[in-house]
Amino acid sequence: MRRKHALPTRLWHWMNFACLVVLFMSGLNISNAHPRLYWGQWGFQPRQAWLFVAQFPGWITIPSHYSLATARQWHMLFAWFFAVSLIAFVIVSLFNRHVWRDIVPARREWRWSAIRTDVVKHLKLDFEHPGLKFNFLQKVSYGGVIFVLLPLMILTGMAMSPGMDAIWPWLVDVFGGRQSARSIHFICAWALVGFFIVHIVLVLLSGPVGQIRDMITGGRDEAA
Amino acid sequence: MKRRNVLVGLGALLAGGCSKLAETKPVAALLDGTDKWNRTVQNLLGRRTALAREFGKADISPEFRGNGTMLPTGDEYAAHLASAFADWRLAVTGLVERPLSLSLADLKALPQRTQITRHDCVEGWSAIGQWTGPQLKQILAMARLRPEARYVVFHCADRYGADAYYESVDLVDAFHPQTIVAHALNGEPLPVKNGAPLRMRIERQLGYKHAKYLTGIEAVSNLDNVRGGKGGYWEDTTGYAWYAGI
Repeated sequence: MRRKHALPTRLWHWMNFACLVVLFMSGLNISNAHPRLYWGQWGFQPRQAWLFVAQFPGWITIPSHYSLATARQWHMLFAWFFAVSLIAFVIVSLFNRHVWRDIVPARREWRWSAIRTDVVKHLKLDFEHPGLKFNFLQKVSYGGVIFVLLPLMILTGMAMSPGMDAIWPWLVDVFGGRQSARSIHFICAWALVGFFIVHIVLVLLSGPVGQIRDMITGGRDEAA
Repeated sequence: MKRRNVLVGLGALLAGGCSKLAETKPVAALLDGTDKWNRTVQNLLGRRTALAREFGKADISPEFRGNGTMLPTGDEYAAHLASAFADWRLAVTGLVERPLSLSLADLKALPQRTQITRHDCVEGWSAIGQWTGPQLKQILAMARLRPEARYVVFHCADRYGADAYYESVDLVDAFHPQTIVAHALNGEPLPVKNGAPLRMRIERQLGYKHAKYLTGIEAVSNLDNVRGGKGGYWEDTTGYAWYAGI
């Protein structure tokens, strides 16, 4: 049974982690420039806003003082690293069968009884799942991040670009307008923070030293 | 509590580290280079011909937010405002065969383009308005651009401290059909907060490119010798990207 993390997976995992940290922290600085969110094509008035966002303090933003210009430079640069590495990882993982073998849940795993068993096991902090690289909840959350949240970050980010909106007008329509795309960008960013917190907690609960070591060295395959 | 302190410390270290890193030459070059890369990619994807979305009358925002300068300071602008901009001139200079000095009446006598577009501010907000004015390409054709011209610089009447605002675009945007010198917003003369009496509309870029209180259009071969050399007031002073299509 193959349990090793493949080299492309490990490279992408850490690259993606670094990108998301810089993108999130520079994104908070950008959010400080206009901390209100709207739905639809346009929006600027407080009474239109569906959310008044907090002002984020310097210790969690890049750069550590308010600078929309510098924050945007970091954000655009790491957006390229992030998008290119995600695309490369997905392509490689389709070819090395990581996606089909480990991420896409088998039909039997979608059964309600199987899901309930997996949830109960998690609640009992039992993370053993012999014969499988990932359990159902892992598959669904990793798959959701890789194939839904991360692509949504890229697409909603592109939909906020006035240049891209002229080139691909359908992109902004898909999200229901530029301000909606901006809102979805923000929601997905915080959903990723939610994933990150759960991910860290579960790593801490399931033998953090071994987990981190395996994500660096690859770990060992399970004996037949 | 302790873990939070560690987190705060790590965050501050990263944020501070990035700020320091950004001052080093290779990282600064990388951060600046993203601007060119974004423009190149958007050019390849079709920026040369793509039109910004045009909306219907029903989509117009009930109000159009003003930002940056809301009222230029100084007696000169006040006098123009008092005379309803009767003596306002738009100078067309630089690498042109025939320099021009156009009045508002001259500009309104040219064929007009009216477009309802979405204005996206770099800060994140958007507003939709209807703009009317002659296309910049007509004015450049009247002035006859010299072959060595590569950029068009916009000079403005509003000041930030001692510096007059200015902006610039390449010839792709200068000759774009939606690039107009607007004198009207939603069928009325431009409000002061939106750049009266003239402002640029560079529809596929962010708001800071749409120079307000326009007094001059200058054709140049490169931007190195224009003021700070980065092609615009915010580009020179704070590091905004010159290509604001993102």
